[in-house]
Amino acid sequence: MNLKRKDLLGIEELTVEEINLILDTALPMKDIVQRDIKKVPTLRGRSVVNLFYEPSTRTRTSFELAGKFMSADTVNIATSSSSVAKGETLKDTAKTIEVMGADVVVLRHGMPGAARILAETISSHIINAGDGAHEHPTQALLDLFTIREEKGRIAGLTVTLVGDIVHSRVVRSNILALTKLGASVRLVGPPTLMPYGIEDMGVEVYYSLEEALKDSDVVMALRIQKERQQRGLFPSLREYSRLYGLTEEKLSWAKEDCLLMHPGPINRGVELSSPLADGISSLINRQVTNGVAVRMAILFLLIGGGKSDITA
Amino acid sequence: MQFKEKVQIMDAEKIRRTLTRVSHEIIEKNKGTENLALVGIRRRGVPLAQRLADNIKVIEGKAVDLGILDITLYRDDLSTLAQQPVVHKTEIPFSVEGKKLVLVDDVLFTGRTVRAALDAIIDLGRPASIQLAVLVDRGHRELPIRADYVGKNVPTSSKEVVSVRLQEIDKDEQVIIEEFIE
Repeated sequence: MNLKRKDLLGIEELTVEEINLILDTALPMKDIVQRDIKKVPTLRGRSVVNLFYEPSTRTRTSFELAGKFMSADTVNIATSSSSVAKGETLKDTAKTIEVMGADVVVLRHGMPGAARILAETISSHIINAGDGAHEHPTQALLDLFTIREEKGRIAGLTVTLVGDIVHSRVVRSNILALTKLGASVRLVGPPTLMPYGIEDMGVEVYYSLEEALKDSDVVMALRIQKERQQRGLFPSLREYSRLYGLTEEKLSWAKEDCLLMHPGPINRGVELSSPLADGISSLINRQVTNGVAVRMAILFLLIGGGKSDITA
Repeated sequence: MQFKEKVQIMDAEKIRRTLTRVSHEIIEKNKGTENLALVGIRRRGVPLAQRLADNIKVIEGKAVDLGILDITLYRDDLSTLAQQPVVHKTEIPFSVEGKKLVLVDDVLFTGRTVRAALDAIIDLGRPASIQLAVLVDRGHRELPIRADYVGKNVPTSSKEVVSVRLQEIDKDEQVIIEEFIE
């Protein structure tokens, strides 16, 4: 079975079968990441180019290692030290990378839809590693993988996302992925951080943390980006923390076996209390491993062979 | 592409007796079960390895280590296959280091599956030795590989397919030769 597509641009276009195929394929990949010899020969002779227009350590390194563990050759292009700094356009840069023989281009860009434009421009396979506030599909897939690993299923779970909803592309991809697989999704946070009309995505919106947490199976705390505070979206970090910061006491409002997640890095004492942050650090580390496994699965499913490979 | 059933070469009884013989041969060659481990290659090598392990337990009174190997990521024909195969887990719950490993598969044909299996095993560690047990050897090798234990040698033409059907997977128990029909 392949993914029936050339590119991975977002969760929105994936079918439930495709999402499950990615998650199932990531399981054996995780074993490879955890063994002594972290390499399989599957993608020998294939090349993966990481083209990142925004800073990222975690996602970029994760893709780089995923490619290397599968024996693909991986190259990173940081736009600050490349011809992009000389004013080259995205399309021109991508064309150059394409003719150098890139099989896959992993793109992180500040503009929503950048990955789609690239997918329509060049014949290399495109993986969206974040396009503006639009989507970040591989992050959502690794969150799903972790939830499934911890809870054994996705369907029927109540998943509550807490905090900065409006600035997060991860939230968008997560909502799409979780609802597709049959979870009910709740959002909670200050009204200023809640996008207008988000209910149309099939989620429930709460402003009271206590009400939102009640009966939750999974709680995802989102990172408050301290730099946004300058824009006056909430009065003070302290007030935010009092109303929406998670502590052991507040978490007891959720189900007893509730799974607490955080994309990391944590602002201690803001979205999570220090004891909670200590408590989930092992899960955050496991998430990083899962991220490599999920990206290996995606690379394999896009360029690992099979003649039904769709090429532009 | 369709297949036509041509002839049955093993029935359930014959498979059972053959596996009993191969179990004895494995014990004889390895002088017992010390450091012995069986590894079934997905898919039909898995139930066969299980049955061999069960036999060896009955004969020697000792359980041997048992594992499952998925070779998909090591195949050399991924780019030429019409359909990409699904990757499954390799489940080897013991260290292969210093073990006398017996790889188990249903049919030995070109030898490419075994080549992939050897690479996959060696990425997990350094066994003392690797042997190969197959239910059917149908010839047409493309690599310098031979089996240490063969259930049945079956001369075939390249147009034919040897189909091993096992209770655990196929709810059926026989080995038949099928032929392509255009």
